[in-house]
Amino acid sequence: MKMNFDKAGWIVLIVALLVAPWIFYPLLLVKILCYALFASAFNLLLGTCGLMSFGHAAFFGTAAYVAGHAAKVWGLPFEACLAVGVAAAAAVGAVFGYLSIRRQGIYFAMITLALAQLIYFLALQLPFTHAEDGLTSIPRGKVLGLFSLDDNIVLYYTTAVIFLAAFSFIYLVINSTFGQIVRAIRDNEMRAVSLGYDVNRYKLLAFTLSAAIAGLAGANKAIAFKLATLVDVHWTTSGNVILMTLLGGLGTLFGPVAGALVFVMLENYLADSGLPVQLVIGAIFILCILLFRRGVIGEIERLVLRRS
Amino acid sequence: MNGQVIAGQLLVGLINGSFYAMMSLGLAVIFGLLNIANIAQGAFYMMGAFFSWMLLRWGGIGYFPALVLVPLGVGLIGMAIERLLLVHVYKLDHMYGLLLTFGILMFTQGLFVWLFATAGRPYPVPPALSGGFDLGFMFLPKYRAWIILTSMTFCLATWFVIEKTPVGRTLRAATEKPMLTRAFGVNVPALMTFGFGVGVALAGAAGLLAAPIYSVSPIMGGDLIIVVFAIVVIGGMGSILGSIVTSLSLGLLEGLARVVYPQSANMVVFIIMIAVLLIRPAGLFGRER
Repeated sequence: MKMNFDKAGWIVLIVALLVAPWIFYPLLLVKILCYALFASAFNLLLGTCGLMSFGHAAFFGTAAYVAGHAAKVWGLPFEACLAVGVAAAAAVGAVFGYLSIRRQGIYFAMITLALAQLIYFLALQLPFTHAEDGLTSIPRGKVLGLFSLDDNIVLYYTTAVIFLAAFSFIYLVINSTFGQIVRAIRDNEMRAVSLGYDVNRYKLLAFTLSAAIAGLAGANKAIAFKLATLVDVHWTTSGNVILMTLLGGLGTLFGPVAGALVFVMLENYLADSGLPVQLVIGAIFILCILLFRRGVIGEIERLVLRRS
Repeated sequence: MNGQVIAGQLLVGLINGSFYAMMSLGLAVIFGLLNIANIAQGAFYMMGAFFSWMLLRWGGIGYFPALVLVPLGVGLIGMAIERLLLVHVYKLDHMYGLLLTFGILMFTQGLFVWLFATAGRPYPVPPALSGGFDLGFMFLPKYRAWIILTSMTFCLATWFVIEKTPVGRTLRAATEKPMLTRAFGVNVPALMTFGFGVGVALAGAAGLLAAPIYSVSPIMGGDLIIVVFAIVVIGGMGSILGSIVTSLSLGLLEGLARVVYPQSANMVVFIIMIAVLLIRPAGLFGRER
């Protein structure tokens, strides 16, 4: 039944990806996909590995700045910009992971939050990030050197392909031997140690992978919106990605995607309504934790599986 | 480089260290009892500053009555929040406690931004504490000395209550062995509510102390609490005196960094945290739990 549920999820996802740009504004969808990938990367770490990072904005934002700089100043092609963005995020992730897995539980979250704040201050002061202004009017370039990304439909399908590829990769990682070992560490670290697994190496690898994929999302976002700013590295972004994951369903495959969809739509709606965004987001955060811990997909999964 | 500048920056460092001390002490009390890393501590700090401002602006109530009213008010609000919201996550993974308090931080900050906008509001230094002393090598404003003295009084009073009085003994018992303490007929849930109130009252008091030197703004607490988290990682939350000492020394080091290389001042605490994690992963006064 669980297999069927996942299968249905994949079909819905792929159909939605194909049809969506004919119904919704492509740029809004691009934003949703970037955040969906970001949240899926976060979920890979928390849902599979049980490590709660409170600093994922650091990887998203670092990649956004580096990819933006590569496109704007170095004039690299689109694919290369994504690659350097991902590489930068993975490098920062490896360092942060190495430092933060030295402590457990709540301290782990506090360390990631503090380290991410260090990246925020660096972004505020380094010359290439342009402080409060951020990197603006980043050129989008061409995909494969052929199709101009300034066409929103091309941009959308390119983003969709990147998203689908990375999302499938996450799916493979979760279901690989590596994924099983990481889950075993999450469920019972002592037993995993006694079975002879080098627990810290697995944690570090999971952390770095998650950071790299978050970086891909950030790099894609920076190029698509021609913008990399301090918001991308701010702790509220780290908080938002946690909320997306919770809202959609922590530890479920499709949860972060659904969560990002709801979140971006909501943010979009709030921006026009004149209601204070942070207030509403905070309220949803509280309600979500008190009453709705399974999230959208988690609840659906529970209903479907109970019926059968 | 002249001595006056160095002394001035070290003084600023010591003042920030005093705020860190009150904040991290509050965190430690709450973490000990509730096992929650209360990131909303930043919101209670901001609330403390705003309550002082409201008391003065709308009620004409000055600084010294506020010194009692503000911690009391913030503490009561904290206790209400604990009863209404936090009680529901005690049985869950500790991650949910952090996330819930994060939601409270976002909500409160959003509420105050909505009501008051982000612009800072001035709060005057009380007349009795304006002016200063000329120490020869530097000028010491009275209010700055007052901050350090008052915050140390708050911290030492908290230390005294927890370590030396019967109430504190019960509190420590409830921290170490909640079930056993309950079996002795102590009302541990009430104690937890009280402990949360005390913890956030410390943050509220810090907000009041900060109001006259930093402008009162809805976003004043968010960045502060992250620095305090880093300090707590460095010092650990196990020892009260340990967190006071760590906070003050990091404040001083920050002040020193501002003299040597100003751009690094807001990063120095995080860099020291990295160094500590590399050299002594469990923290300086480490007692992992």
